[in-house]
Amino acid sequence: MEKLISEFSVGLFVWQTVLFLALLFLLRRYAWKPMLIAVNRREKSIEEALEQADIARREMKKLKQSNDELLQQARDERDSLMKEARETKNEIIAEAKRKAQEEATKILASARDEIKHEKVKAIEELKNQVADFSFEIAERILSEKLTDADKQKNSVVTALNEINFN
Amino acid sequence: MRSRIIYSLVLFALIFNPFVGTAQHSELAEDGLTLQEEIKLDIRHHLQDGHDYHLFTDESTGSHYGFPLPVILVDEGVHFFMSSAFHHDEEVAESNGKFYAVYHNKIYRTDAEGTLSFDADHHPTNVKPLDLSITKNVFHIMVIGLLMIVLFGRAANNYKNDLVPRGAAKFVEPIVLFVRDEIARPNIGEKSYRKYMGFLLTVFFFIWIVNLFGLTPLGVNINNSVAVTFALALITFLITNLSGTKTYWLHILDPLGKSMPWYGKLGIYPLLVPIEILGIFIKPFALMIRLYANITAGHIVMMSLLGLIFIFKSWIGSPLSFGLAFFIGILELLVAALQAYIFTMLSALYFGSAAAEPHHDH
Repeated sequence: MEKLISEFSVGLFVWQTVLFLALLFLLRRYAWKPMLIAVNRREKSIEEALEQADIARREMKKLKQSNDELLQQARDERDSLMKEARETKNEIIAEAKRKAQEEATKILASARDEIKHEKVKAIEELKNQVADFSFEIAERILSEKLTDADKQKNSVVTALNEINFN
Repeated sequence: MRSRIIYSLVLFALIFNPFVGTAQHSELAEDGLTLQEEIKLDIRHHLQDGHDYHLFTDESTGSHYGFPLPVILVDEGVHFFMSSAFHHDEEVAESNGKFYAVYHNKIYRTDAEGTLSFDADHHPTNVKPLDLSITKNVFHIMVIGLLMIVLFGRAANNYKNDLVPRGAAKFVEPIVLFVRDEIARPNIGEKSYRKYMGFLLTVFFFIWIVNLFGLTPLGVNINNSVAVTFALALITFLITNLSGTKTYWLHILDPLGKSMPWYGKLGIYPLLVPIEILGIFIKPFALMIRLYANITAGHIVMMSLLGLIFIFKSWIGSPLSFGLAFFIGILELLVAALQAYIFTMLSALYFGSAAAEPHHDH
């Protein structure tokens, strides 16, 4: 301890204190302060950038989600449109079928009427022809000799064969 | 490859070491000292401050190499002259009609012949003027201060246009961030660490750079002067107590707080409070002694090991002690940073207690 005190140099102490305080003041003002401020600013800017990136990422996610939603909505709409179209198509087809059926029925009915009409006409004509033929046959029979039964029969068949039913 | 080059350099230095040659010649120096005594004196001289910047002495011619430094004395007026007037502490210097002589590195006022009178303890009784000389140590403080201003000023300048560290800032920034994030923030607290940063950074770099300078061949480590470590510790002490909050003083004067009723405190406080008050002074005192003792001890060990080279003078002993000195040198490199860290760290701890916030459990 005594050696410490005897070694203690007042001059060195004074110089050290003065010089150190000057150094402290100068470095604080011109070195540490700007350095720490700059580092702080950089740290803050990095933090902000990270935050910004996070926000952007979240926004992107949101955007994507809304995109997906929109897409889904479009798909749904398309589906419903398709469904509607299909229904309309079916309706139209059904309607067409019904109409066709109706038309067909109508045509059929009219055809049937026509046939009936033609038939009646044909029968009428047939009747007239049969009457004509009958007269012709009767004429032939009467003109030929009616000797035996076979001959009579033959003549009837021949007569019938001769008659052309067209 | 590189280690081989270093190895051969070391070997070369060992074989052709000029000091080995001179040491062999001066086994018994002129003043009749043995080699051991001479080395002892050399070590003591090396640890001491000096009024001129003495680099080395050529023993064979007796000429000293170095340069003089200004001497400033306050003795009924200011005296200013160069230390060369003392002629390496051997002659009397005259200034404004007063005579001064150097004895054991201290300046005393004498008569024209330089007579010193001694008391019974062999201390000079002559008048000791206030010595404000730019001694070797003061010169070093100035050099290191300038170096720090240039280095850190340049580093700070870098941030003016660019937030990315370049050049000097690239080296300084990690250490600054280390002091901030590992020393100041955890010990002082997020709230008030900012105002102590200037001192912590300055003291950290100052001690570290001073210690590193001490490891150069110049070997001048100003931290082995109590005056220097005392000045540093005193600033820590002043900052701690001048920035002490109400809570800090309450912890000292009423350490137990609400954990004990007043009648219980009556018994224990006469002991506790003086201890706490003593603690205010012991903490910086420990700072001062720790730094001083570590650096001084390191230098004594290293120089003694180097001195052993000249005592052994053998092909086995000398390389061995050189290797030991080399090892201690590496260790000192670590100690240089470690002591700076410890001083800063403990200062931060004291500042942390001074800046204590109220309402926390104790």
